[in-house]
Amino acid sequence: MQINVVINGKSRSFETDNNEFLADTLRKHGFLSIRQACNTSCCGLCTVWLDEKPVLSCSLLSVKADGRKITTIEGLSQEAEEFAKLLMAEGSDQCGFCSPGFIMTVLAMKRELQNPTEEEILHYLTGNLCRCTGYMGQLRAVKNYLGVK
Amino acid sequence: MFTMTNLVQPDTVEDAYKILMEKKNNTILGGCAFLRMGSKRIDTGIELSKLNLNQISEDETHIIVGAYTNYRDLETNPLMNKHFCGVIPASVRDIIGVQLRSIVTVGASVFSKYGFSDLIPSLLVLDCEVELFKGGKLKLSEFMDKPYEKDILTRLYLKKSDAKAVYVNLRNSVSDYSILNAAVSKSGSEFIIAVGARPAKAKIAGNASRYLSVSDLSDEAIEKAASLVSEEIGFGSNMRGSEAYRKSLCSALVRKAVKEVLECR
Amino acid sequence: MKVVGKAIPKIDGLAITTGKPVYTEDLVVRDALVVKILRSPYAFARIKSIDVSKAQQLDGVECVLTYKDVPDARFTLAGQTYPEPSPYDRLILDQTLRYVGDEVAIIAAVDEKTALKAVKLIKVEYEILEPVLDFEKAGESGIIIHPEDDVHCNFDIGMDKDKNLVSRQYTEMGNVEEELKKCEIVVEETYYTQAQAQAMMETHRSFTYQDHLSRIVVVSSTQIPFHVRRMLSIALKIPSTKIRVIKPRIGGGFGAKQTACTEIFPALVTMKTGKPAIIVYDRTETFSCSTSRHPMKVTVKMGADKEGFIRAIDIQGISDTGAYGEHASTVFSLVGDKTLPLYNKTRAVRFMGDVVYTNKTPAGALRGYGATQGTFAVESTINKLAEKLNMDPSQLRLMNLIKEGENSLYHYEHMLGSSTLHKCIETGKRMIGWDEKYPRREMGGSKVRGLGMSVTMQGSGIAGIDTASAEVRLNDDGNYTLLIGSTDMGTGSDTILAQMAAEILETSVANVTVNAADTDTSPFDPGSYASSTTYVTGMAVVKASEELKEKILESGALLLGVPAENAEFSGDKVKVVNKDEFISIKKIAEKMVVAKWKHQLSGFATFGSPVSPPPFIAGFAEVEVDMDTGKVQLIDFVAVADCGTVINPSLARTQVEGGIYMGIGLALYEDVRYDYKGRLQTNTFMQYKLPTRRDLGKIRVAFEESYEPTGPFGAKSIGEVVVNTPAPAIMDAVYNATGVRITKLPITPEKIYMGLKK
Repeated sequence: MQINVVINGKSRSFETDNNEFLADTLRKHGFLSIRQACNTSCCGLCTVWLDEKPVLSCSLLSVKADGRKITTIEGLSQEAEEFAKLLMAEGSDQCGFCSPGFIMTVLAMKRELQNPTEEEILHYLTGNLCRCTGYMGQLRAVKNYLGVK
Repeated sequence: MFTMTNLVQPDTVEDAYKILMEKKNNTILGGCAFLRMGSKRIDTGIELSKLNLNQISEDETHIIVGAYTNYRDLETNPLMNKHFCGVIPASVRDIIGVQLRSIVTVGASVFSKYGFSDLIPSLLVLDCEVELFKGGKLKLSEFMDKPYEKDILTRLYLKKSDAKAVYVNLRNSVSDYSILNAAVSKSGSEFIIAVGARPAKAKIAGNASRYLSVSDLSDEAIEKAASLVSEEIGFGSNMRGSEAYRKSLCSALVRKAVKEVLECR
Repeated sequence: MKVVGKAIPKIDGLAITTGKPVYTEDLVVRDALVVKILRSPYAFARIKSIDVSKAQQLDGVECVLTYKDVPDARFTLAGQTYPEPSPYDRLILDQTLRYVGDEVAIIAAVDEKTALKAVKLIKVEYEILEPVLDFEKAGESGIIIHPEDDVHCNFDIGMDKDKNLVSRQYTEMGNVEEELKKCEIVVEETYYTQAQAQAMMETHRSFTYQDHLSRIVVVSSTQIPFHVRRMLSIALKIPSTKIRVIKPRIGGGFGAKQTACTEIFPALVTMKTGKPAIIVYDRTETFSCSTSRHPMKVTVKMGADKEGFIRAIDIQGISDTGAYGEHASTVFSLVGDKTLPLYNKTRAVRFMGDVVYTNKTPAGALRGYGATQGTFAVESTINKLAEKLNMDPSQLRLMNLIKEGENSLYHYEHMLGSSTLHKCIETGKRMIGWDEKYPRREMGGSKVRGLGMSVTMQGSGIAGIDTASAEVRLNDDGNYTLLIGSTDMGTGSDTILAQMAAEILETSVANVTVNAADTDTSPFDPGSYASSTTYVTGMAVVKASEELKEKILESGALLLGVPAENAEFSGDKVKVVNKDEFISIKKIAEKMVVAKWKHQLSGFATFGSPVSPPPFIAGFAEVEVDMDTGKVQLIDFVAVADCGTVINPSLARTQVEGGIYMGIGLALYEDVRYDYKGRLQTNTFMQYKLPTRRDLGKIRVAFEESYEPTGPFGAKSIGEVVVNTPAPAIMDAVYNATGVRITKLPITPEKIYMGLKK
């Protein structure tokens, strides 16, 4: 079966079936930024935007995305690069595997929260796991990012 | 890996129910996060997106939560934050992450009566009512005790009142399942106490609630009520905690919740 | 210095963070068969019969392999320099299954759906055997986990497999029993550490295909490409010239990928079918069926005189290596090797114990590699001794710890080349407010805070064994290529090695292209483990760069028509001393690669060290305990590190922060549980809880640089030492706050609560 979506601003049709989740459908169609680190909806690496809201693409049946708007990091490259450079300045890029999902959540947070406190930032980002950095540098990069804007 | 042969999106609840009853392994689809983790074999999955059940609305007497409302909407909704001392957002805000909460639906977790649920204890102490297609409207507390029967949960009803409520829990890591949780509500002089993640599903501590409601609310009375709860409610052991620990913890959590609810404005 | 010591951003940072397809799964060749594994549901069983006919007949299934179809050579999956100290106790598929998850059959099909379907169609009849699940009873159980007679060790590691004993170790200097008798104060304690999982975000995966030379090419998320090549050669019984291993960007390792878990399966499928094949472990397989930290029981006895000088330390341990013996003997040896040298006022020390097989998930390499378990046991005992002596634990350490220039019983012939550990302690104490806050403060209500500390050491590479080569080449365009075989798994080692080359060649990192790691082109490197890359590979890079610089200078002089002594190397050019005449590096490069001069310039070096200079960390924890529930809140963790010269401050800082976080997981959150049938219950992120960013409190890091004379620019290592201090520091902080000493990790609210009730 096919689903019709608007992805990163472009109308596309994706081949899928009833049992497939969006993360796999997207990867099959070349969106290789989407990574999966768990099989229990716990890690946040597969985060994409569905109608501008961050969701776990591994836990969303592709058929539910039919007719909706999807955004991946490929569609936010300028903003993503800007924030990525702040991560790199902290040395917090490390293995990079969690980064695209993390950046998608940070960029969503920037749009959703006004002047968040540290507690609010940490709360919003809780669902994005990282094993390399110990989270400290990520927070410094986010604070830099929000402070600059 | 689960398998699903067909997927339908009916236009009415009646149609949805009809299809649900056609075959044993026809299933209502909620957020699907849990579905993904199991190996269920579904013949027809029934997706309810067309039924407009993903809203939180209000009428004169009630706040009405559609079963397809996701946890993130519950958390951020202005009505939910305004009423009952914000207990509903407080109950769900620590579940894994914003991305998962945007997918998990209220109907799926309430209907499944999950023991680990953070939401159900709070709904219980707010005297929540559930609406089922076949079973009609009934108190959540009664629904929790009914044996499993195929049905479609469509809405939750929360009575508008000046009730205040507080949700407490103990978890090791912030996004872990609760080792134990509890909710306490105060409406006038009436208290309702519920305990969940026992690890079994949440239950109202009726005796303790009644005791507290007529007491002088002194420290001793609160202490007594808290220990009544741990005597009245049953506990068990699992990976996250032993029965003995849960029993002791129960008094501590209930005491904390009562003191907090007394401070709610 | 212009480049070394600077916080240069990682050269691969932009691509990996913005989602470019540079990891293993992204690079898979077209139409690769998907490989899935049928796994044993029993902890110990023998296959009585196996019928794969239905699976083979399924449309889209290319091959189904059982123990009958695989080569019969036993091998080890351990990534270690040959000859490996690990037993050759594995077959690709064995008729005997030794843990829940052990491989029963390999299935390759056109897609994942078909492969998973085929797995279910295989019919196996098992003879279910009684498993050994308690490592303390493994020796006397009467059950032999490896009864086969073709298990072999490259050299004696003290194996007695009929008693499930993989390695028995005994090292004593002086007479420990005698010395303990003389000590006025003796303390003793027994500790248990759990089988922590590396839990790197990218699970194990690899794919294989046949190339134009009819070789098997393996692209793998691995830390050990050269070892993988050797392993596959042994296991598949084909010459290593028929194998090429390539390591792309990988999503973390922490030691998980120092054991070659997956490569053998697609390699065998490609060998049998001629087709490319890919295997991706899911998270559950990664938890249950790869390797984790060796769980241990360690008893420490420590004696001191009444001034507080520690005169004797006795460490006795049992380590559980699970179903197979990778890394068993080496991890265990570090329990003593990376703790006993710290306290050099001792007159006798002993380390002894056994590593045993059990029917559980195999153990393997995990950051810290035995030093972590040893540090928890020894440092906790130091803290206990301090209390018994009525002495501040920082004071006890300051008077007993080894100093630069001193030696210890354990490494008698070597003087400690560099250390600022004493300064690290002083700095850490100041940062956390030790004098004001130690040992405990009541915070009001049911909350109490406590402080605790620990120190630790690790190594930098394996002395006398880890050896790496590096090549730096001047390209025809005047820029450089650095060829190395080390394996950056996110740490930034590619970047810091480029920094070293750039520093010597007086250029920028942008002009040094790093090429790593590919067994066809990389100089030999054991791979990134044992904290060897900065120190061992780094020194090879330094020497290779110096050699190239010398050659460039000579060539420049030649081209300028002056003797070499009259020329000087000056970054982008070679110039005549005290004159304005010069020739650019670009020009030198152009000229040297063509007919008249015909001498393309490159520098090559091999380096290995007879010593393994230890990095040090002093760690301090402040916790707050709710006495009503036992819940521990981490308020503050301070880590002060001596890793010699810091090559890249932001990367080094992140290593420390990440290591402390992992140590906090070991201390408080990462619980490992098996059920009574030997099934691992904590095999998802839902059950095995990594600390979230809200579970940590503050982590603050500082460096006290020493200068290691044998290291590149004075550097040592940082990668592993970072994980060892949190568990003992937090344990003592909790004890100081509550009076409850938790000796079995992790420290959970229930354990504290029940301890308080007693």
